Amino acid sequence: MIRDVAIGQYLPGHSFLHKMDARVKIVCTLAFIIAIFLCKNFWSLGLMVFAALVMTLLSRVPFGQLLRSLRPVAFILLFTAILNLFYTKAGNVLWHWKIFTLTDRGIYTAVFMAVRILSLISVSALLTFTTTPTALTDGIEKLLSPLKLVKVPVHSLAMMMTLALRFIPTLIEEIDRIMSAQKARGADLETGGFIRRAKALLPILIPLFVSAFRRAYDLAYAMECRCYRGGEGRTRMKQMRMGVRDGVAIALFAALTAGIFLLNHFFAHLI
Amino acid sequence: MDKIIELKNVSFVYDTQEEQKPALRNVSLDVRRGEFLAVIGHNGSGKSTLAKLLNAILLPTEGQVLVEGMDTADEDLVYEIRRRVGMVFQNPDNQIVATIVEDDVAFGPENLGVPPAEIRQRVDDALRAVGMYEFRGAEPHKLSGGQKQRVAVAGVIAMRTDCIIFDESTAMIDPKGRREVLETAKRLCREMGITVVMITHFMEEAVQADRVVVLDSGRVAAEGVPSEVFADSALLRRTGLELPFAAKLAGKIRTAGVPLPDGLLTPDSVADALFAAAQEAEVI
Amino acid sequence: MAELEVRSLTHRYGAKHMPQVTAVKDVSLRVQAGELLGVIGHTGSGKSTLIQHFNGLLTPTSGEVLLDGENIFRDKQATRAARFRVGLCFQYPEYQLFEETVYKDIAFGPRNMQLPQDEIDRRVRRAAQFVELPDALLEKSPFDLSGGEKRRAAIAGVLAMEPEILVLDEPTAGLDPKGRETILSLVADYRRQTGSTVILVSHSMEDIARLATKALVMNRGEVALYGTVDEVFSQGERLVAMGLDVPAVTRIFLSLRERGLPVRTDVYTLEQGAAEYLRLFGKGARA
Repeated sequence: MIRDVAIGQYLPGHSFLHKMDARVKIVCTLAFIIAIFLCKNFWSLGLMVFAALVMTLLSRVPFGQLLRSLRPVAFILLFTAILNLFYTKAGNVLWHWKIFTLTDRGIYTAVFMAVRILSLISVSALLTFTTTPTALTDGIEKLLSPLKLVKVPVHSLAMMMTLALRFIPTLIEEIDRIMSAQKARGADLETGGFIRRAKALLPILIPLFVSAFRRAYDLAYAMECRCYRGGEGRTRMKQMRMGVRDGVAIALFAALTAGIFLLNHFFAHLI
Repeated sequence: MDKIIELKNVSFVYDTQEEQKPALRNVSLDVRRGEFLAVIGHNGSGKSTLAKLLNAILLPTEGQVLVEGMDTADEDLVYEIRRRVGMVFQNPDNQIVATIVEDDVAFGPENLGVPPAEIRQRVDDALRAVGMYEFRGAEPHKLSGGQKQRVAVAGVIAMRTDCIIFDESTAMIDPKGRREVLETAKRLCREMGITVVMITHFMEEAVQADRVVVLDSGRVAAEGVPSEVFADSALLRRTGLELPFAAKLAGKIRTAGVPLPDGLLTPDSVADALFAAAQEAEVI
Repeated sequence: MAELEVRSLTHRYGAKHMPQVTAVKDVSLRVQAGELLGVIGHTGSGKSTLIQHFNGLLTPTSGEVLLDGENIFRDKQATRAARFRVGLCFQYPEYQLFEETVYKDIAFGPRNMQLPQDEIDRRVRRAAQFVELPDALLEKSPFDLSGGEKRRAAIAGVLAMEPEILVLDEPTAGLDPKGRETILSLVADYRRQTGSTVILVSHSMEDIARLATKALVMNRGEVALYGTVDEVFSQGERLVAMGLDVPAVTRIFLSLRERGLPVRTDVYTLEQGAAEYLRLFGKGARA
């Protein structure tokens, strides 16, 4: 069933991470991702993995839940790992067969890349697990607000994001319903070549678009009726306020970054 | 009684490429402050057009719509009009903006620029008034149709509107949800003094109103208290409307010679009357 | 005409590691050819999940669906055959319209059945006639029709497959009284003229009471009541206890009984109601 797909991953809670300011979380997540790419060896990467583990514990998000969010990227993960495994020619050859060469360097790189991607996805997942979609878009809007000076419609972009998040589950349900309805009329979505399958999608896509436009139209009216006039003069119920917690998080992040540079520097010879 | 909305000789024509379709013809109508008004009529009678004229989604082709004395045709007043007259639409999925119930209810007051602390208060009050306070942290797409509509109602009353228009808000939800929405509307009207305009094609809902307006081919075919309007069987036939079953039963029994009072429309009132008549005739 | 049998059907949603929801639990029933079965239940009672098994759209977690004694999940061919023998019309079917013309849209089902061209044409015209769509509309875009016409065009799309069993999920949802009446009478006509079995999911107790021969009440995924319409509506108290609507007439008689009037409560049509009440009065009081 298509509707089993988890979207809008927010898990309600009262943990340290839940209570942090959304802006700080977004900035820290971005900083974390950049930091992961700055890691040059297993020591600094290990530090980041350790930090990610601590964050997961702090968020009180169950590990199972986090692992499930990694499932969609499992294929990419495997693919890059295999690619790195066999295409790294440098290092000591451990095994050789026809065009395949396995080197110790290759294994290191494969594992390194896999861990890197895993921690990257986990940390991004933690952000969506602990932040409501509204807080997330509000945070992005606030962070991007300097761009208003160069006439970027920041509020509109944030509103579009909110609405997209709001309508994803609705549209998924809709696709499910239309698919069932067309299958009941004998539509065959599973067999045939590429062109036949693409053609078989029309009975799904056309009603979906028609419905999406109708919804957009209705929604625009509904928003106007609730006095929506864009970002001008709007207040927010939920104010974003930075607290001690956020200060601590920023300080820890600074320390973490410093740690990476130190480890990169001192263990430079160790891959 | 004080008028909250006034329609003066209003006509509305849908102007499409192929044809000009008149939807309302010379309609004059008042909505009185604090009343529960039902507008009924079959599809194409113009009732949905009427709803959209009441808060300036549509503007009359001819005539005037005044909301608290403000002309909806005046562009500068549209915002003022909409903060006084809110609207709950037909499709519960297409009017919820946020991904969390309380954020959605806050949307209106946020647009009005209400201070944050007051928004919080209004949102909590509104959610309590529609009985959805326990669901304030829920995701709207996981609610039932009736619950979604009640969230939409909360979103309107959080704006402190004087009047709510239900534009066939019960058409797409199941009987349980319909009852929830109707009870909510009645309570808001009776307890908070909010004027309710209920556009519907369910006669069971219309009979509970203070006043009923029947639309037919864009004209007002009848107007009055439910017991009067539903007593006119020729009118109902002409306008393609049906008596509620309870009223039909009372009619059948009355025809058979049992003296029952007029104007029996709801199952409760019919049961009361049948019981009274049985006691009177000492058949127990 | 086909007979449909369901044997202890259970359907659970949810993948591994996810909390599972039992949408349908151990449902057994048998619908004889030519019957009109009314299906009642709250949103979420499992009725929509149940009916999607009848034409093999959903595969049961356990249990069987038999058409004329043959398990429709035996193999792919059997499931595909069931798809055409059991026509399923979803709620708000007008949202599935997609073709350039109404004609082509109605022809979508028959085309998928790979019927010859002249047979497709015959079926499209016959289905359009059933739902009272004039020929002039057939060449129009389905998106230019009125709400009621769209609904009927979509139903015609299912009728054109000429299913032996027609399953309709709330075909009157969102329509006004006139529109509801039109749809219900065309369903009744279709059944009368073709002898097909009809399964009608509806929230309107009055409609079920009036049209159905048998009624199935679903509650929390299980069969709460199943029998003739008389049998089911004689259980007014139980229906009320499940939070379901009962016909207004039944509700009135339940209330009279509660107050001590010696009336039966298994009445659900106007005629029965009037007769039962007048019985109290006997001959003398009627004058």
